[in-house]
Amino acid sequence: MIPNRKNSSWIGASLERREDRRLLKGRGRFADDVSLPRMGYVALLPSPYANARIKKIDLKAAQALSGVYLVVTGAQFVKTVGPMPTRSNAPVVQYCIAVDRVRHVGEPVAAVVAVNRYIAEDAVELIEVEYEEYDPVVDPMASIKATGNGVLHPDVGSNVVHKSEHSWGPLSQNLKKAAHIVTENFRWNRVAPQPIETCAAVADFNPAGEYFTIWSNMSQQSIIGGNLAISLGVQETQVNYHLCDVGGSFGGKAGLFHVPMIAAGLARLAKRPVKYVEDRMEHMANGNQNGSDRIYTASLSLDSDGRFTAVIFDVIDDFGAYFMINTGSHGNSLAQATGPYDIPALGYNLKCVLTNKVQQAPYRGFGGEVANFVLERLVDAAAKKMNWDPIDLRRRNFITKDNFPYRIPNGNIYDSGDYEKVLEKALMAADLPYWESKKKSAIQKGKRIGWGISTVNERSVLSMTEFWFLDKSPRFPQTSSPESVQIRIASNGRAVVTIYAPHWGNSPETMAVQLVAETLGMHPDHIEVNYGSTENGMISKGPVGSRYTVMLAGAIAGACKKLKDRIFTFAAHMLEVEKNELVIRDEVVSSAFSSGSSLTFAEISRFAHNFRLEFPAGEEYASGLIAQYTYDHPLTTSPNPDTNDLGIFYPIVGHACHIAIVEVDEITLQTKFLKYVAVHDAGTIVNPKAVAGQIRGGIAQGIGTALYERVYYDDQGQLLTVTLADYAIPTSLEIPDIVIDHVETPSPYTEYGIKGCGEGGRLAAMPAIAAAIDNAFKDKGLFIRELPVTPSFLYDNLHIDD
Amino acid sequence: MKYDVKMKVNGDLVEEQVTSRMLLSDFIRDVLGLTGTHIGCEHGVCGSCTIKIDGVTNRACLIFAVQANGADISTIEGLSNEDGSMSILQELFSKHQALQCGFCTPGILLAAQEFIDGPGVTVDRETVREVISGNLCRCTGYETIVDAVVEAAALKIEGEL
Ligand code: FES
Ligand code: FES
Repeated sequence: MIPNRKNSSWIGASLERREDRRLLKGRGRFADDVSLPRMGYVALLPSPYANARIKKIDLKAAQALSGVYLVVTGAQFVKTVGPMPTRSNAPVVQYCIAVDRVRHVGEPVAAVVAVNRYIAEDAVELIEVEYEEYDPVVDPMASIKATGNGVLHPDVGSNVVHKSEHSWGPLSQNLKKAAHIVTENFRWNRVAPQPIETCAAVADFNPAGEYFTIWSNMSQQSIIGGNLAISLGVQETQVNYHLCDVGGSFGGKAGLFHVPMIAAGLARLAKRPVKYVEDRMEHMANGNQNGSDRIYTASLSLDSDGRFTAVIFDVIDDFGAYFMINTGSHGNSLAQATGPYDIPALGYNLKCVLTNKVQQAPYRGFGGEVANFVLERLVDAAAKKMNWDPIDLRRRNFITKDNFPYRIPNGNIYDSGDYEKVLEKALMAADLPYWESKKKSAIQKGKRIGWGISTVNERSVLSMTEFWFLDKSPRFPQTSSPESVQIRIASNGRAVVTIYAPHWGNSPETMAVQLVAETLGMHPDHIEVNYGSTENGMISKGPVGSRYTVMLAGAIAGACKKLKDRIFTFAAHMLEVEKNELVIRDEVVSSAFSSGSSLTFAEISRFAHNFRLEFPAGEEYASGLIAQYTYDHPLTTSPNPDTNDLGIFYPIVGHACHIAIVEVDEITLQTKFLKYVAVHDAGTIVNPKAVAGQIRGGIAQGIGTALYERVYYDDQGQLLTVTLADYAIPTSLEIPDIVIDHVETPSPYTEYGIKGCGEGGRLAAMPAIAAAIDNAFKDKGLFIRELPVTPSFLYDNLHIDD
Repeated sequence: MKYDVKMKVNGDLVEEQVTSRMLLSDFIRDVLGLTGTHIGCEHGVCGSCTIKIDGVTNRACLIFAVQANGADISTIEGLSNEDGSMSILQELFSKHQALQCGFCTPGILLAAQEFIDGPGVTVDRETVREVISGNLCRCTGYETIVDAVVEAAALKIEGEL
């Protein structure tokens, strides 16, 4: 139930999405839909080895094939396209086509441009490569000690690319005083976003002005554009980057740039437009589509009343072959490392290691989901050990609603919340006594019923400091994460909103329409939305870290304020009244005092566009009605260089309680859901159906992570999950209907009190599901430390515990 | 070696020459320029390339264009009403927000429409889940898709569609 908002007309309304009509008619524009005259198609030759030196490449046969325009090796390509941009603090250099060494299976070693993809793939088959194989380094623990050719990047000197230890608050004192300490080991396996659309780019190079035009489905175009330019060896003003509809990203398309870079570099070399679309295998083996891969030892200390006093995470994270995202996903884990609980002390010891696997990239949660899982599992472990009720234990430790803003030990703050209320609603909807009462009769039918709960925070509105604040001397300590908008009132009175971040399954156009409708008092049908390319663009960070709606709302508020002032300036003159007595209602401007005279937006705009001489001289009457605004992050502060205070970096914090009720078949050990309840507090909700959609989609991915999905590499570094048949993302048969409810605790720091909600569904799902399966096998003492909980995993674990 | 192919696509007659190995999915997208049919895997797993051949849904990535010689094909571009307005099923997808990124949507719409038009149409949610279980969607969690299809099925059964 959404509380009534007396004064809002459009915020809180479940409008149909503006994005949907074209998509439903098959008239979206995805990157692969772009086609240019003379366009060539790219195919890449992938490395079959995880760790090898490239000795020799023979391109002759491939070059001789009819229909082939260009064949290049990495060594040739790097002469025109430099290393990829990276946030890595350690000297980890990555080329989009490998130069002298391959570091994971699927890494490209040569590229072909041909008249079509079929011939390009024929040519790839004809390329001869001689490799000198090295022993692959696959196990992260072994990687730490590797020497010689086992060191992936000799310039770093070892495979450990980051090592740091941190403590905040009275950590050692609290541990010493603790009445209980629970310590557990966890293994968080690699999973992957796997959007149904792979990464793709079409690029054109115009030698006049050496100008690149790129269409791609990678996000964050204002940042990608500049970084691409550096690698392409041109100025950023020589690259125009167009946004496309994006067939899902979930973080995976947030900015690892080899796809547009390969297309752009090859377009320049081949002297023709070029299209590169990953096939599914490339997406899996080289698409940077793997999330966190972590080994944990974690401890939670409690006093004798069951109050948490400290939490410590010892983490080893296997980043794969490169380190483009630096420690960003651990910064992210730290944003809400103490969860919704009042825990005064925090320890975080981190080792980032490289192995011969594809490198990590962001995936919905960006490490925050892993920290949530580990913390929630520790709470459950404590409850189990002390024989406390897991719900009471959580409740006892919640930060109470009068304690916001709340500072967590490392310096980040939580803006607002009411965790108790969320929990109450979830418990009410789940009706646990009913399910408890069903357990006995289920057992007689060979079924075990279990329930599990998670109470987690959802940090939202990413700022940039998390990417580097754990480094002693950060390479590029970026602090800006702005979002921009341009709004104009056309001469017919309709609004046209230009945004600079793509539609990738979120609802940016719908959000823009509703926010402008609310802020300017317009009808949604009178608002159009379009997308600006970088050439015409303002600065934008795009939809990462659950930030876009909040940032867009800020930008729209700023632009609308300017625009209103412009409208009032013209209207005041036309109505012969004072500006400050004007009000807007339903696209009509009138005086709050004198009744009678009023003007529609269309009338004002017609004059503002066409009849300059009706108005006095002076800049304020300049023709047209247009406003631009760039909104910076609402609340970020600088971290201390010695990391004893990380500053405020992720302060817009939502909350969720999930309760999963599962049934596990005693023979097949298959898990299915009897009920799934998700109550979220994402502040003020703009479009309830869209928010519910984000929550459901996140839960579906969470269910995938919890029960089905895992990226498998064998001990030779061969990737075993290379198709969507091997890597099992859930179908409609695995995902239950979800009971969704909301609490709305507005953020005091954002426009309209909105918080982000793009990741919470996934952030909360995994611990609730793990707890539910534990609960189903309570008598066997099951405690899940690793996902996915497949039937064979359960079989092994239940028998081990026996 | 190229082969002549002749087929009806969304009611239009098309005549083209194709190589024997050209996939129907590539033919539809690259030769005919009908980009509403999407390619998600080319392994026959994801269902986003679903089209109708002679009234039956098929995966265009598993069929060669030459195999469709003489066929009557319809794609997402042919799903709307004659006047270009959205079909009831499309409207219901919009109403229920049964899509997010929209990449899987054309395939799911064709699979769902076939079910609505078929003899086994029912409002049973589990049956509907079964019907769309060959189409992967990574965004929605499927529930709103089921909502939309169930509502369309109800209209069909009541004779209002
Ligand atoms: S593209 Fe045909 S089934 Fe995936
Ligand atoms: S809506 Fe994105 S895959 Fe279905």
